[in-house]
Amino acid sequence: MAYSNKVLDHYNNPRNVGSFAKDDPGVGTGVVGAPECGDVMKLQLRISDNGVIEDARFKTFGCGSAIASSSYVTELVKGKHIDEAMTIKNTVIVKELNLPPVKIHCSVLAEDAIKAAITDWRTRKGAATAGEASGNGEEGNSDKSARG
Amino acid sequence: MVKLPIYMDNHATTPVDPRVLDAMLPYFTQKFGNAASRNHSFGWEGEEAVDKARNQLAALINAKSKEIIFTSGATESDNEAIKGVVEFYKDKGNHVITCVTEHKAVLDSCRALERAGKASVTYLPVDKYGMVDPDAVRKAITDKTVLISIMYANNEVGTIHPIREIGRIAKERGVIFHCDAVQAVGKIPVDVERDGIDLLAMSGHKIYGPKGVGALYVRAKGPRVRLTPIIDGGGHERGMRSGTLNVPGIVGFGAACELSGQEMQSEAERMRSLRDKLQAGLFERLDEVYLNGHPTERLPGNLNVSFAYVEGESLLMGISDVAVSSGSACTSATLEPSYVIRALGTNEELAHSSIRFGVGRFNTEEEVDFVTERVSREVKRLREMSPLYEMAREGIDLKSVNWRA
Repeated sequence: MAYSNKVLDHYNNPRNVGSFAKDDPGVGTGVVGAPECGDVMKLQLRISDNGVIEDARFKTFGCGSAIASSSYVTELVKGKHIDEAMTIKNTVIVKELNLPPVKIHCSVLAEDAIKAAITDWRTRKGAATAGEASGNGEEGNSDKSARG
Repeated sequence: MVKLPIYMDNHATTPVDPRVLDAMLPYFTQKFGNAASRNHSFGWEGEEAVDKARNQLAALINAKSKEIIFTSGATESDNEAIKGVVEFYKDKGNHVITCVTEHKAVLDSCRALERAGKASVTYLPVDKYGMVDPDAVRKAITDKTVLISIMYANNEVGTIHPIREIGRIAKERGVIFHCDAVQAVGKIPVDVERDGIDLLAMSGHKIYGPKGVGALYVRAKGPRVRLTPIIDGGGHERGMRSGTLNVPGIVGFGAACELSGQEMQSEAERMRSLRDKLQAGLFERLDEVYLNGHPTERLPGNLNVSFAYVEGESLLMGISDVAVSSGSACTSATLEPSYVIRALGTNEELAHSSIRFGVGRFNTEEEVDFVTERVSREVKRLREMSPLYEMAREGIDLKSVNWRA
């Protein structure tokens, strides 16, 4: 199977690879997928108090299209308000990267990762404003699943 | 400097050896006769060439030339062996024994028979090295068993099954033994007498011969094996496989068999040393690399390893100038990870991380060195990008995580 030039570009020069400290209260972490399914995406968003995504980092275990989808998403969400980011559909990713039908699940996973990261940030912020300690166990596993 | 891209996927197919091609070429243009034309020199020339090839194939597996049936490839041979035996011996029984890591040509032939209500099939498990237990074969035999079908060596992990023991058990119990020997023939000694094999599938393009030609060995004596043909027509190949013979392909297949027979010992040694070098190099440079298959009972050119925390297809993408294959779901038509690696009972995720290297006749030591470096570098790069590697290094047990798929 041939990859689109955009997938190849993101795969060879991935944007924003890395991690933020997961206990940073300004950071939301979303981990979606499962190793036995062959893809796991970790997306971290640094979000300002008024809900603007200031920075993003990812790490992905998965095929080239999964890596490219998460790399692209880090660029896509930067500067966006979380309310807008929550509306990002996987089809935007499919279109940008020219993903073939068999790779659409990679874009779905990336969409889920955005939602999971924002949900995580909201949960932790809510907990912090309620005066509770943040960070309760595994990263990204405490909030509810984006896809149920 | 090595020439790129490098081909190291010799279990999938092999290039035609130039010596094989030389033998074939006259049969496309000047010696184009139909081997079944009995009344002119063109036909005789074709028949003579086919007879020679039949002898060359027979010699490689210690069979008699009349026991060789030419087919379009090993998939057809497997279909004919399994469906042909079950159909012919239907009054005797309907039970077939095979194994979960067989090639799809065998598994899907068995499933087709099950669906049609023509056979009940026992799929034996394998151990963690991919090997079937001969005792399990013995225990699975019932008075309805008409066929045992176990491959000689596995195409993914290279594990060589205890064929001689299985052959002996089949003889003791009077059950026909079919062996898909596509990966073994020409690479390691295969002997239908010593091994007690009654039916054997082989292929031209896995041994530096052309694609589109295969053969089925059908034992003529002790016992005489009978088959119902799956292709009807002019009664070619002793009535077992009709259709005009692919003379140039058969000539090439014959030449390929003769060459691999002559060079088997030296070539196997060379393949093994290149494979061992590749294996040692990867294990030296990288941690958490797992060998899939048997550590010693393995095809000389085979190396199947899982690079933990790295998905196979992404690795293939990263080493785009090296042709190898992966058991990753993303590289298969079904989007399922390799059923062979999963059958070994290892971590499900290691199937997604598995890479098969197939060292072949035309690979060089320089290529092995290049591939070792290229793969190691890419695995390291992808691990830096892998959340699983990060979690493992933080001491998180990946099994304890509640993944949301």
